[in-house]
Amino acid sequence: MSKIDFMPSELDQSQQTAIAALSAPRPAPPRYRRTPLTWLQSGGLSRLAFLIPLIAIFGAFSWYPIVKLVITSLQQTNFAAPAKWVGLHNFSLVIHDPLFPIAVRNTAEFAGLALIFGYPIPLVVALLVSELRRRRGLYAALVYLPVVIPPVVAVLLWYTFYNAGPTGVFNTILHWLGIGPQPWIQSQSQAMPSLVLESTWANAGGTVIIYLAALTGVNSELYEAASVDGAGIWKKIWHVTLPQLRTVLLVTMILQIIGTAQVFLEPYLFTQGGPNNATITVLLLIYNYAFGNSLGPQYGEAAALSVMLVAFLALFSLIYLRATRSWSSE
Amino acid sequence: MQSKIRARASMRLGAAIAAVSLAAVATGAVASSASASAPTVKITVASLLPGSTKAATAAFNAQIKLFEKQNPGIQVTASTYQWLPATFAAKLAAGTLPTMFTVPFTDGRSLGDANELYNLTSLAQSLPYFNKFNPAVIAEGTDAKGQVVAIPEASYAQALSYNRQLFTEAGLNPNDPPTTWAQLESDAKQISEKTGMAGYTQMGASDNTAGWILTTVTDALGGRMETGIGAKAKATFSNPAAVQALNILNTMRWTDDSMGSNMGLSWGTSNQAFAAGQVGMFISGSDVYTSMVQTDNINPAIYGLAPIPLAKNKNAGVLGGGTLTAVSAKATPAQAAAAVKWIDFYYLQKYVNRKDAIAWAKTEVASKQPVGTPEVPIFNAKQEALYNSWIKPYINVPLKQMAPFTKAIFNEQIIPEPEAATQAIYGDLDSTVQSVLTSQGSNPSALLAAANSTGQASIKSGT
Repeated sequence: MSKIDFMPSELDQSQQTAIAALSAPRPAPPRYRRTPLTWLQSGGLSRLAFLIPLIAIFGAFSWYPIVKLVITSLQQTNFAAPAKWVGLHNFSLVIHDPLFPIAVRNTAEFAGLALIFGYPIPLVVALLVSELRRRRGLYAALVYLPVVIPPVVAVLLWYTFYNAGPTGVFNTILHWLGIGPQPWIQSQSQAMPSLVLESTWANAGGTVIIYLAALTGVNSELYEAASVDGAGIWKKIWHVTLPQLRTVLLVTMILQIIGTAQVFLEPYLFTQGGPNNATITVLLLIYNYAFGNSLGPQYGEAAALSVMLVAFLALFSLIYLRATRSWSSE
Repeated sequence: MQSKIRARASMRLGAAIAAVSLAAVATGAVASSASASAPTVKITVASLLPGSTKAATAAFNAQIKLFEKQNPGIQVTASTYQWLPATFAAKLAAGTLPTMFTVPFTDGRSLGDANELYNLTSLAQSLPYFNKFNPAVIAEGTDAKGQVVAIPEASYAQALSYNRQLFTEAGLNPNDPPTTWAQLESDAKQISEKTGMAGYTQMGASDNTAGWILTTVTDALGGRMETGIGAKAKATFSNPAAVQALNILNTMRWTDDSMGSNMGLSWGTSNQAFAAGQVGMFISGSDVYTSMVQTDNINPAIYGLAPIPLAKNKNAGVLGGGTLTAVSAKATPAQAAAAVKWIDFYYLQKYVNRKDAIAWAKTEVASKQPVGTPEVPIFNAKQEALYNSWIKPYINVPLKQMAPFTKAIFNEQIIPEPEAATQAIYGDLDSTVQSVLTSQGSNPSALLAAANSTGQASIKSGT
């Protein structure tokens, strides 16, 4: 039902006339033929002038590199000698590289662990902070603080935390609890969870702020109504908060999956993909193709794997958005 | 409104004055450059490692001033530089390498074959002392076409650096470093138990250094990681010496627990840990002391240098290596000529000219930089003896503490680095070393067999 389909009787005559006038069918606007002159007269030139810098910047720094990436994926080149067209050979080399399945598995492991641990934590923290009656801003700032720390500094900081010796920060804490020292990033089994832990600490703050902002949009009357109905805190969260946040939750989830599929910083700085390739990820493999060898940079393979990653993420996002469309629009 | 108009008028006046001033400056610049007798050739040269001390930087800058004084037509700009596979490949592709840079012996020939280095043949051969180069060393910078694409500046043999202070604290004789691997294991254990520091560390990072040191130990035990040259080379990782090298590592790591807690050390971090007194022994180049002075402020009193223990078989030898100077393929002929002049001045004159050797040594000593760090000769024996006699009065490194190495090295067999896909071979071995260091009960034979196929693929692809 549109807003002007009804006409409440309490409206006065002038208001009813105005609404009737608005609802009356409008005469069709006169049709003008668009000519270069009309385009000029309607301010087309100034629109173009405003657009040109935008097109130039996006063209040079976004679209051209994308096109160049696709072209490079079909070439063998070291950017010093002339490039050679090799068709899909680079894609074949990547798929047959023994490190490729390892990198995919490791990336999936990172994304999975980040989803299990890294996804709910910011939500829980946001709910806790939003429940605080005093100094909410202070706690929100404290939660956000790790995001402000430059990533390399954060990794160096955690590098000392993960010191495998008995004097390492985490190992000292474990000692107090009666647990022996752990190898952390120097263990093939513990390295990846260690990276996820640091990554969650470093990135959770941003998501917490998004959730806190979304929580302010939840109508407080819904909580009051739930209280009247006898709902406790968990029922309020389950039946009011989470449904109200569902659109934000869906967006942060897809952003997190895309972000974790491109994880590079932590494995590069902490472990360089080691020990024994336990933390080599797809992006680190791309980097190693491009820059891992001083003699024969495999730029073609790096570009091919990049194209594969982009294609996978685009497809995944499409499926995800279609699958969750009905839920987010309820 | 009037104030706005006034402001606009004043802005226009300002812009006009600025334009006139710029024009005047530009005209002056043109006139000035036109009056110069000869165009200045500008080159950038690789200087010291990033993070070098102020004293080391001052010494380098003093050398540049002296060079520019002697060569008025050349302007030299120093660029901090460290050869690393990742940054080198990126800089090469982006064209941001200095005009003159250095590469390890492993890369000279291959870069030349890929036309990525300037052909220095005529410039190098015009050096009056070209025929005095050690032929084996100059071969490292000669490509498949016989062109000289890089000029050697330093050569080293792998060696065992050890901390004399930790030896003493552990009740060991600092003048009696280990000469067998069994003794090395035992000394490492004793240092670890008595001092709480790592008795022995071995590079284990994923930047080819883990494979480099494993190759060093394998050579010392009489094995080889590769045989043959070029595309016909064969990866031979699964040799008994390599298995033994990994078993020794396995024992020190898991049975003796004498390797400390950091298994991911690289070249730089090994130096840092050693200079900080946290490491009893580690393997690196015989010239590593220079970097530890320039970058890590090592206390000379703790430093000791010994040869790597060799197995008693005829194949056992010491892995060699070195540094080549090269010029960017993008340099102009004038820049290449200027760069070779710089290479001659900064790296080589001290070896062939008494006056320059003494001047260089004096400058280094005045800046508290090391003079006399043990090297493997890049020139023939006669020239090397002359050079050593020239700088003898200025030697400021603790040469007596390096005597175990200097006395032994010239009687030992120097093994060249694997010829084909050297860095890739080292990289393929990185994860093998990491497996042993991070996973108790790993099987060295199986690890080497698995890495061998990757190594063979690296040789085939030429990278």
